[in-house]
Amino acid sequence: MPAAVPHGFYTDTTVCIGCKACEVACKQWNQLPASKGGAPQLSGQSYDNTLRLSGTDWRHVKFIEDFKTEDRSGGRWMMMSDVCKHCVKAGCLEVCPTGAIIRTEFDTVVIQSDVCNGCRACIAACPFGVIDINPANSVAMKCTLCYDRMKLDMTPACAQACPTASIQYGPIDELRDRAQKRVATLQAQGETRAQLYGADTSILGGLNSFYLLVDKPEVYGLPANPELPSRNLAASNAFSAIGAAVMGVIGLVSFRKRRMDRFAQQGNNE
Amino acid sequence: MAECHPVAFRWIMKAKLAGATLIHVDPRFTRTSALANVYAPVRAGSDIAFLGGLIRYVISSKRWNEDPFFKDYVVNYTNAATLITDKFEDTEDLDGKFSGLMAYTGDKLNGFQAEYKNETWQYEGTVAQDQGRTASSGQSGEQGVESGQEGAAPETPKGPPYDELVKSLLKPPAKTDPTLQNPRTVFQLVKKHFDRYTPEMVEQITGCPQAAFVQVAEQLLKNSGAERTSAFCYAVGWTQHTKGPQMIGCCALLQLLLGNMGRPGGGILALRGHATIQGSTDIPTLYHSIHGYMPSPSALKSKKHDTLNDYIASETLAKSYWANFPKFMVSYLKSMYGDAATKENDFGYDWHPKVAGDHSHMPMMLQMADGKVEGMYALGQNPAVGGQNGIFQRRALGKLKWLVVKDNFETETAAFWKTAPEVTSGEVKPEDIQTEVFFFPSNQVAEMDGSFTNTQRLVQWHNKAAEAPGDCRSDMWFTYQLGVRLKEMYQNSTNPRDEGFKNLVWNFQIDEETERLHAAEIEKLGGDDAAKQVKEPEGEPDIRKIMREINGYQSADPTKHLKGFSELMDDGSTTCASWIYSGIYPEPGILLCNNRDPQPDLDNKGLPNLGWGFAWPANRRVLYNRASARPDGTPWSARKAYVYWDADADFTDTKTGEVTKGKWVGPDVPDFVPNKAPDYQPPEGATGLAAHKGTDPFIMKADGKGWLFCPTGLVDGPLPTHYEPAESPVRNVLYPNQQINPVYKAWGREDNKLAAPGDPEFPHVLTTYRLTEHHLSGVMTRWLPWLSELQPELFVEISPELAGEKRIGNTDKVKIRTPRAEIEAKALVTRRMRPMKIDGKTIHHVGLPWHWGYQGLVTGAVVNDLTALVGDPNVSIHEGKAFVCSVEKA
Repeated sequence: MPAAVPHGFYTDTTVCIGCKACEVACKQWNQLPASKGGAPQLSGQSYDNTLRLSGTDWRHVKFIEDFKTEDRSGGRWMMMSDVCKHCVKAGCLEVCPTGAIIRTEFDTVVIQSDVCNGCRACIAACPFGVIDINPANSVAMKCTLCYDRMKLDMTPACAQACPTASIQYGPIDELRDRAQKRVATLQAQGETRAQLYGADTSILGGLNSFYLLVDKPEVYGLPANPELPSRNLAASNAFSAIGAAVMGVIGLVSFRKRRMDRFAQQGNNE
Repeated sequence: MAECHPVAFRWIMKAKLAGATLIHVDPRFTRTSALANVYAPVRAGSDIAFLGGLIRYVISSKRWNEDPFFKDYVVNYTNAATLITDKFEDTEDLDGKFSGLMAYTGDKLNGFQAEYKNETWQYEGTVAQDQGRTASSGQSGEQGVESGQEGAAPETPKGPPYDELVKSLLKPPAKTDPTLQNPRTVFQLVKKHFDRYTPEMVEQITGCPQAAFVQVAEQLLKNSGAERTSAFCYAVGWTQHTKGPQMIGCCALLQLLLGNMGRPGGGILALRGHATIQGSTDIPTLYHSIHGYMPSPSALKSKKHDTLNDYIASETLAKSYWANFPKFMVSYLKSMYGDAATKENDFGYDWHPKVAGDHSHMPMMLQMADGKVEGMYALGQNPAVGGQNGIFQRRALGKLKWLVVKDNFETETAAFWKTAPEVTSGEVKPEDIQTEVFFFPSNQVAEMDGSFTNTQRLVQWHNKAAEAPGDCRSDMWFTYQLGVRLKEMYQNSTNPRDEGFKNLVWNFQIDEETERLHAAEIEKLGGDDAAKQVKEPEGEPDIRKIMREINGYQSADPTKHLKGFSELMDDGSTTCASWIYSGIYPEPGILLCNNRDPQPDLDNKGLPNLGWGFAWPANRRVLYNRASARPDGTPWSARKAYVYWDADADFTDTKTGEVTKGKWVGPDVPDFVPNKAPDYQPPEGATGLAAHKGTDPFIMKADGKGWLFCPTGLVDGPLPTHYEPAESPVRNVLYPNQQINPVYKAWGREDNKLAAPGDPEFPHVLTTYRLTEHHLSGVMTRWLPWLSELQPELFVEISPELAGEKRIGNTDKVKIRTPRAEIEAKALVTRRMRPMKIDGKTIHHVGLPWHWGYQGLVTGAVVNDLTALVGDPNVSIHEGKAFVCSVEKA
């Protein structure tokens, strides 16, 4: 078992080749189902047919085509493997009513499926849109940073499969050092846009899965200043009574939906 | 490369992180382009114009003419200084044709539109083919032109031993002009040949903006020389043109001019289509070649291949390592026919199958379509999707009496009679197809032991990791059992043609000898691994016996393995299936391709790791590495030191034990006579490597030089020339009177129509390719949900400009039509595709990945229904990467 110090991912998007090996390795290790039995429709959005992180897609490779000029000069096709950020100040953990979401000894954020009641609070609380319900078991699911593998001192499946070391795993301090050196090299090579996202405490106290980007975070679909749900707590006090009532209704609806889904699932199996 | 070889691309990314400049030249902006420092767009099929432009740019540049490195390398290590006969006429003299063009009068099935007699392509003062194998025997195997070696004359000495025969083949050396000033030198001919490939011409033909082209040329020049080397990587799409081998040859010409061959970090790397394709040409599944790149004996060359003596006389080079050809061939025949192969019966040469025409895939399917082929084995091959003109291929399959498909899933080829589009549409009725289809489920790679040979000729062993489900069997089991059953069927035959099969050695069964063979290995592995090694499914052959057959052994005692090909004999006393692999299994229990010493330090220093796997020949990692040192034997530079001469080192002769001073040293196995001094001059009458100077690095060539100009070996010209693809929307700007390679292969059939050049009905360039998410015809990916969901549907990539013109929206259904077929695909409108200006016209590329078919979890139209049966004259590779089409909204 590795030392109980913060661990995470450093994703260097400048060497990501968009092969999606991370997506496949994640699904295989975590036994997540393919979308529509493996036969979804073509999205038409570059080479991205996964489209978003979800309860069954814990890794998602984004493809950003940037060919603004008429003759395509300076054109770029950027790829980035997105995943749960394992925030130091995690909104999901903050709002979870059942205590299903925990912080591990490695400072990562894990949802315990057997404790989750599928209330969806965490889904709304995540500023990155990471979490969703896995329809197979109707509970909220997301990347665990391969907690099961970490405990055995194994590299998470995605980082293990990444052929170009775009996804790197290790103690967060080491990763930050490495990433800062890489930014300096890129800057020296003339890539002045090279920057780290989430490597310091400015974003939600630090992201234990942080990124090296070569453009503004928004270009990659990342919020420049993500906020915690608790920041709005004072303002929302006034609405808390209504809020509680609404939550109650949502809760009922979601429990009902779970039941319906289960019936539907059984129907399909028969 | 990032698209189709993501794992190998790891090393490219490591190089880039270490400061390497990555250049990508491609019609489309792909995932590779996304990671490249420089991207240069070119029109599909215009590659020789681009490379020719680089050649002209390089030899006209200040750097190339002033840095002494380039002249040193080119004069000493290439045939630049060699004089060519004054009878040679270039395409520049003959309006796009070389001298020697004549009508092809052979079998129409071979497809040649014409042929070249290559007598006028020869070195001054030497007759045809002194310098190498006849193109027609080394390559296609089906041209009967009289420009080959004469074969055995009546006075030719008989063998074995064949030393006297080899000596009788000696010819005087070629004339040279080391100043390169003589207009008949290869260098001057090359210069003249490419003189019109200016940056303007490159832009006009390829559509690549001059600025991008010049950037590529400057980067290459800057990164070549004594201190630095550049490497070219290409995927097999580069070969799939009516001039494919000439494209690769053009790249080799450029790399030789830049001094990038035989040096670390240089060379040309063919990224093969799938695992161990290299292995399948080394120990070939090809018709024209037998093990270790020996030409198949040919019935068409009756005067030259009639007897073993004829064959050896016509295919042996007196100079170069090929002087050992008789040893390779006799040892090979011993592996085929064992004790039945004797000196008296020419070691069974008469029993060996002979080439009777072009037996490659396209002519085979043509014959099949005409009802002349009864049965077919498709092992891990899916021609119903992967073959050109898919409709034609499937109709041909329907003319078979029987078809055996062995694959992981029921492929399109196995199901052509029930689910093909022409069947589901009602055009073809299953009851009208009489083909009996046998389907054999196949093991996956991880379900068996075996080896892979990669592009670097590195052979790596893999162990069985899981049991195969159900009735699956390995390819080895299938082939071995088929042989066993056929031998039983033939055993009482009195038909002379069955003698070969009756005498074929087929003793690979697992028996008590297996235990002995494994004993040393089992001891080494120990424990559970050892137990695993000997348990194989019933009927599986002994893979180590097969490795032993490939490696070679003393005929009298199979337990005495050969240590390498230098031990081979030409009298039948050694047995060896594939001489180039000899040494891979030097003794029982030691399988060198199973070596797995990672040595990360070497990797980080860019040094070869000889302890990982086994690279043929003789575990060399860089071929012709004598060229990594200066002619005087010292390294070109400290930074690029690799194999060099150490005059003070002790050399021990392995046979005599004698110790002398001076040998080649370095981190790799020298690809040179280990103690041949740089100043060595061959004595009169020397043969083999003794006939090469101490400065001749290309040891497989008669003259020891890298060839800028190929007097022999290629049937479509000694120099690469730009021709348009068989189908093109534009005329050949360079040679308006010679649109296409004059000797390309085509068959002029109604069921395989071609569009005329510039046909307005088909205005766009269509190119096909692969995606990272799928593999080939999809058999290994479209059945797996985790992979199929990543690219679930066939799509066609077009630019917004073309989409706008045709009013096609993103994900709209689109019809793509060629003279062969029409298919539907969803549009992927992307600015990664760009219109090009070619010769004043706007040309659009239409891109189609070809992974889909009508079987599997995700299905889609067969893209190869659009392609044509048309190919290159050297190796009969089809032209699948550049043709024309129309696009309309469905």
